Amino acid sequence: MLMRNLFAVVLMGLLLTAQPSRAALNVLACEPEWAALVAEVAGDRAKVTSATTARQDPHHIEARPSLIARTRNADLVVCSGADLEVGWLPLLLRESGNPRVQAGQPGHFEATRHLRLLEKPARVDRSMGDVHAAGNPHVHLDPRNLLLVSEALARRLAELDPAGAADYAARRAAFASRMQTAIARWEKEAASLRGLPVVVQHRSWTYLADWLGLRVVADLEPKPGVEPSAAHLARLLETLKAQPARGILRAAYLSPRAGDWLAEKAGVPALTLPYSVGDSPASADLFGLFDSLVAQLKAGLQ
Amino acid sequence: MPKHALLPAALLALGAGTAQADSSLDELRAEIRQMRDHYETRLAELEARLKQAEARPAPAAEAAAAPSGNDINPEIGLVLQGSYARREGGEHHLTGYLTGGHDHGSSRGFNLDHTELTLAANIDTQFRGYANIAFVDDAAEVEEAWFQTLGLGKGFTLKAGRFLSGIGYANEQHPHAWDFADNSLMYRALFGEHLGQDGVQAKWLAPVETFLELGLEMGRGGNFPGSAAGGDRNGPGAWAAFAHAGGDVGANASWRAGLSYLHAKPVDRDSGMEDLNDVEAETLMSGHSRTWLADFVWKWAPDGNPRARSLKVQAEYFHRRERGDLTCADNTADGGLCSGLTDAYRSRQSGWYAQTVYQFMPRWRLGLRYDRLDTGSVDFGANNANLPVADYHPNKWSFMVDYAPSEFSLLRLQLARDHAMAGNPDNGQVTLQYVHSLGAHGAHRY
Repeated sequence: MLMRNLFAVVLMGLLLTAQPSRAALNVLACEPEWAALVAEVAGDRAKVTSATTARQDPHHIEARPSLIARTRNADLVVCSGADLEVGWLPLLLRESGNPRVQAGQPGHFEATRHLRLLEKPARVDRSMGDVHAAGNPHVHLDPRNLLLVSEALARRLAELDPAGAADYAARRAAFASRMQTAIARWEKEAASLRGLPVVVQHRSWTYLADWLGLRVVADLEPKPGVEPSAAHLARLLETLKAQPARGILRAAYLSPRAGDWLAEKAGVPALTLPYSVGDSPASADLFGLFDSLVAQLKAGLQ
Repeated sequence: MPKHALLPAALLALGAGTAQADSSLDELRAEIRQMRDHYETRLAELEARLKQAEARPAPAAEAAAAPSGNDINPEIGLVLQGSYARREGGEHHLTGYLTGGHDHGSSRGFNLDHTELTLAANIDTQFRGYANIAFVDDAAEVEEAWFQTLGLGKGFTLKAGRFLSGIGYANEQHPHAWDFADNSLMYRALFGEHLGQDGVQAKWLAPVETFLELGLEMGRGGNFPGSAAGGDRNGPGAWAAFAHAGGDVGANASWRAGLSYLHAKPVDRDSGMEDLNDVEAETLMSGHSRTWLADFVWKWAPDGNPRARSLKVQAEYFHRRERGDLTCADNTADGGLCSGLTDAYRSRQSGWYAQTVYQFMPRWRLGLRYDRLDTGSVDFGANNANLPVADYHPNKWSFMVDYAPSEFSLLRLQLARDHAMAGNPDNGQVTLQYVHSLGAHGAHRY
């Protein structure tokens, strides 16, 4: 009897801590850029959290208990797709016991399904490193992709929460017009970067380079996802002596050692750029992210 | 284009009202200006969108999913494992414990450890299926073969078939996922390798922000601490219950803790040991085996990004009570003491292990583990005259360093001081091990 009472008290306590949110939708984004986009399109109609931060490598995330709990309570998961989250998202979905967000359901949104991806390999083999068969999944660093994804996202939000359809459409239109103005401004500011040769650490910067016309001449990783080796760095140094680059682009979540070494030997600056929203106070939203990216590229590469 | 045509039409219609007073004319002019402005912005926006779309065409059909290798075929994976071990020869009993579980313990010298073939796929929108077949010489063992539900909702998941029990922490890990080259003494004593259940498992995830999972299992109970004959009944031969809780501590750390209970009903459970004359004796136990397990795992990485550095601390404790009858099979022909006598048997035993693994740079990890068991109190009844009642603490220190060129390959060196068997300390165990995985390799659990 005592045990039963105790159980009832514990259960009551748990149910009370499960505060029902006033938002219509509970959204779990896989990465902070999608959380920011959902916030732009859904406003306070959605309670959105990100499974990862800008300082974590989205390829290598552990299916932590807290993430399983958040997936269980989500109405919608918004992820990059194209196998970026293949190491952890399937496990979260399976462990969640939540049928709404399983792949193929309306509550499962993958941004890359609404875009044409770059660097789609003709052939895939593990000896080629961590390649994604569907193409490069780091799509958010081209803001024009955000416009396309936001449109699909607004439609999906309206499907899940029809009462908010007009709201989502209006917010998406407002976001699009702000983003278009901003894109024009960034493109003008970054016009002088066009054609500049750069070295990257991992192909996270492909879409940014494609958008701003930067020329990627080398990758610190011998193969995608493979840590830079001494031999590969020595070869890179030779290449850079013959064909100098203006800078090394890297994200904060990767080890800076290889980039620092090459930067010093080759005499080019290594730029640790914000990879996603929330990396620093300046990149608190999507606009801030591109503001800081463009500013840091201009300051670092010229 | 029709929108261009609308503007003159609207102007014409408005033009018909020129007889209006001046004030209303002004109003109309303002309205026209407004409309023109509106259309111009709208047109500019449409043109910009057209330009965007031309610059980067969207895929032809949104529904056309990006093809990914194995959408229809099951994910197929193969794990290759092998080792070279340098250690004392001869028997390696766990002193004071009745054992007999399923164990792929490797012998010394060069070893091919079992080769695991895994197949997994979503069966349809409702179910997922998984099989893990371990190949060892002359045999293919079905380690796991189960289906689980995907769409029950409300946090419920049902699994049925043969699966690794959700009790404890390390129990659900296959040997390729272990942080050390061999199993902890605790799991060796409890289950041999791990507890596999043939049965059903129901799990429920509470609808709260903190991770809280409750699970219930009913199984055949054909594996140690149950027995094959114990599974021969209409009801479950073993049942288990577990609760797991977990969460994050800031952005850097996360944890999981669990409490589990297992009740098995062995019948004629076979365990070998040496009698008081040091002659090999076979014991058969029938009765009840009740085990409590507590587990705790804590993981840390700077910014929660384990790429460069990370730390994992893990500890588990068990307490097992067994009571029933024990027969010591007649071994007098070999000079033994047992004459086939059956009498009451009771035992209370406990043990624990704690381990920590530190990744100090990308690809390299160091690990330290300490195992300690307590033979506790064991009472063989009248068989106390034939069988030894040990007062010993089997223990073991293990140190390992491993190098993983990628997440699909791993090479490990392990040094250990193994005092699992009283009077036969093995102070210089050296193990070199490889674990490679080919093809699809599902994510490891937390």
